[in-house]
Amino acid sequence: MANGVIAENNRSFFEESTNRHSGILSWLLTTDHKRIGILYLIAISAFFIVGATFGILMRLELIAPGETLMGPQTYNSFFTLHGVIMIFLFIVPGLPAIFGNFFLPLQIGARDVAFPRLNLLSWYIYILGAILVVTSLLLPGGPVDTGWTFYIPYSVRTGTNVSLAIFAAFVLGFSSILTGLNFVTTVHRMRAPGMDFFRMPLFVWSMYSTAWIQIIATPVIGITILLVMMERLFGIGIFDPSLGGDPILYQHLFWIYSHPAVYIMILPAMGIVSEIIPTFARRTIFGYKAIAFSSLAIAFVGYLVWAHHMFTSGISDTARWIFSFLTFIVALPSGVKVFNWVATMYKGSIDPKPPFLWVMSFIVLFSIGGLTGLVVGSLATDIHLHDTYFVVAHFHYVMFGGTGTIFFAGLYYWYPKMFGKMYNIKVANISVGLFFVAFNLLYFPKFILGYQGMPRRYYDYLPEFTQLHLISTIGSWIMGITLILIFANLIYSLLKGAKAPQNPWGGVTLEWHISSPPPLENFHEIPYVDHEPYDFSLLEKMKNESH
Amino acid sequence: MFLLFTGDPASRTTEVVDNVMIYIVAISVLLLIGVTVTMVYFVFKYHRNKGHKPVDIHGNVWLEILWIGIPTILVMTMFYYGYMGFRVIRDIPDNVFEVNATARMWNWQFNYDNGKITDTLYIPLDPPTLLHLSSVDVNHSFYVPAFRVKEDVIAGRENYLILQPAKTGDYDVACAEYCGLNHSMMYTKVKVLTPEKFNLWYSDTSSVSAAKATKAGL
Repeated sequence: MANGVIAENNRSFFEESTNRHSGILSWLLTTDHKRIGILYLIAISAFFIVGATFGILMRLELIAPGETLMGPQTYNSFFTLHGVIMIFLFIVPGLPAIFGNFFLPLQIGARDVAFPRLNLLSWYIYILGAILVVTSLLLPGGPVDTGWTFYIPYSVRTGTNVSLAIFAAFVLGFSSILTGLNFVTTVHRMRAPGMDFFRMPLFVWSMYSTAWIQIIATPVIGITILLVMMERLFGIGIFDPSLGGDPILYQHLFWIYSHPAVYIMILPAMGIVSEIIPTFARRTIFGYKAIAFSSLAIAFVGYLVWAHHMFTSGISDTARWIFSFLTFIVALPSGVKVFNWVATMYKGSIDPKPPFLWVMSFIVLFSIGGLTGLVVGSLATDIHLHDTYFVVAHFHYVMFGGTGTIFFAGLYYWYPKMFGKMYNIKVANISVGLFFVAFNLLYFPKFILGYQGMPRRYYDYLPEFTQLHLISTIGSWIMGITLILIFANLIYSLLKGAKAPQNPWGGVTLEWHISSPPPLENFHEIPYVDHEPYDFSLLEKMKNESH
Repeated sequence: MFLLFTGDPASRTTEVVDNVMIYIVAISVLLLIGVTVTMVYFVFKYHRNKGHKPVDIHGNVWLEILWIGIPTILVMTMFYYGYMGFRVIRDIPDNVFEVNATARMWNWQFNYDNGKITDTLYIPLDPPTLLHLSSVDVNHSFYVPAFRVKEDVIAGRENYLILQPAKTGDYDVACAEYCGLNHSMMYTKVKVLTPEKFNLWYSDTSSVSAAKATKAGL
């Protein structure tokens, strides 16, 4: 397969565009999946920084009881915006839109996704949704203050710009659905000859599972949002109890999307982990099929656990134990993945470079997140911990410690491929260490606060919680510094970094067979795939490919 | 520090929930340490500097069965203990003292059968109290951290919560479902009195007659 996959004129996709324009227009009108991936990277990173800033400011407010920085109305808007931006603008689209776009076609040996124009449209829909979110902050009425869950009746009663903010989520949903459709079609129709489903890299498997959830679950939130808007504008009485509606119905519909959405957030991260570990252990993945099928199992069972967000809402006791039972079941495939990842390190030849260190950090943080999920999946303990800081800690360990950590892992793994530059390895190693310390300082105290009975979404708190809040706030400062370090390292190396080789880590999936950054249309000749994805005996042959 | 598991539990449910918590956390800590130590050990043992030749091991069916099977058993026991604890929290005892609790932005009101109305909840140590929860505006949640119990207070429906105190004393009641501006200030207290003291308090209906008199005076 070494023959003909080398770029012939050595021009990368940065130098050659899909249209006749140059400069910024060649980017804004591009249909190249790699350029679209980078457009997403810029937009999504920007919103991540905005969301993180809200988070750090909230932590500053919570440094001591009473007012420190802002009043309760501002604080309530801050946690809502932190949630809305982090969920809808960063973590749901994040990994699929950036790394899925850039690497899914590369890893299956395709020249692009199945519908390149639709792909660009998805980016514009994302930007439109983002503009609507920002607009909802500025218009009279004020920034939305309902929490990102928009629970009714409060969201019908508040005077803030709820309609616009949820309409933004509605619009963003279409971006997600279209990306999902694009990826499912791409995986089915665009694989290189010889690449059957079980020769696909596991990142592709995880993107495939994710894409199906995006297609099937997202319309539910779309319809729910339309109903809330009709409720606010016309008072039709579906959810609002004062009009004879049922607020619990809203919670059901909301979580029927938003729980599977949690798996939209984490599955791609699991896929990236399954790429990074074999590369740095230089051996094949342990339990390929177990990992691939556990993605599908998570995608499927993930639909059936939504009401564990409602254990205290007054749903019937029967519903509560059934959903508790199913919640424990959905924990199992995640466990299977963790065990197989660790087993992949057995008898490898491990070179713990920054992407691998990110993954090690992920395995610890995600395990804590997953295991504390058992605590809140169990009925007796959830009745106590529901809507407390314990839950805040749990989902930050899963989402930020899980997906967020892997956002950085993916970035540090594929950055040399995407930009053809290498960052400073030493600074990157320090970043991972600092991140791990900052993360635990920031979020671990929240487990304790939760068990002590500190409810979430609290502007103020009882004096006995002061010490743990202080520790958490100090953690947020170190986290802020770490994030600056993480991004500064990449930006600096983009401008001044050394040129990265074609295959800096010794990876064997198809993206490492082409130059860094890849040429337009990726492969001059579509490769024939006659081997499993993580066959490191290829490394010898691949030495001749680079130039 | 973490586990406020010291001293006598404030209620029957406190003990039950703490025990389930200890069970799940103990197993979780073992699993976490197991995974972390194994991973770190492998990274040192099979470090590239040591020059091992990597071995491609594609998997092992028995291992997969083992690490699906054992966790399945473990989580099923967690589910079971969680469920049994839940029954203690939810099953309504035969003999209960009943109070209606009404939530509004941002305070609580407790109506007793004899007409007494308070903003602090007074309950006897025995029998257990059955709270009927309702809201006049948005969703709230009645949460007694010391008892490890809560139940949402949903506009348009009636939920219930049972308080089964084991000790007299004053305990914080918080609102645990976000309800707007002063959500974090929607605190009150539940005062658990000995049955004798409670009866004394309960039978003093002068405030009720005073309220009625004011009403009649209008």
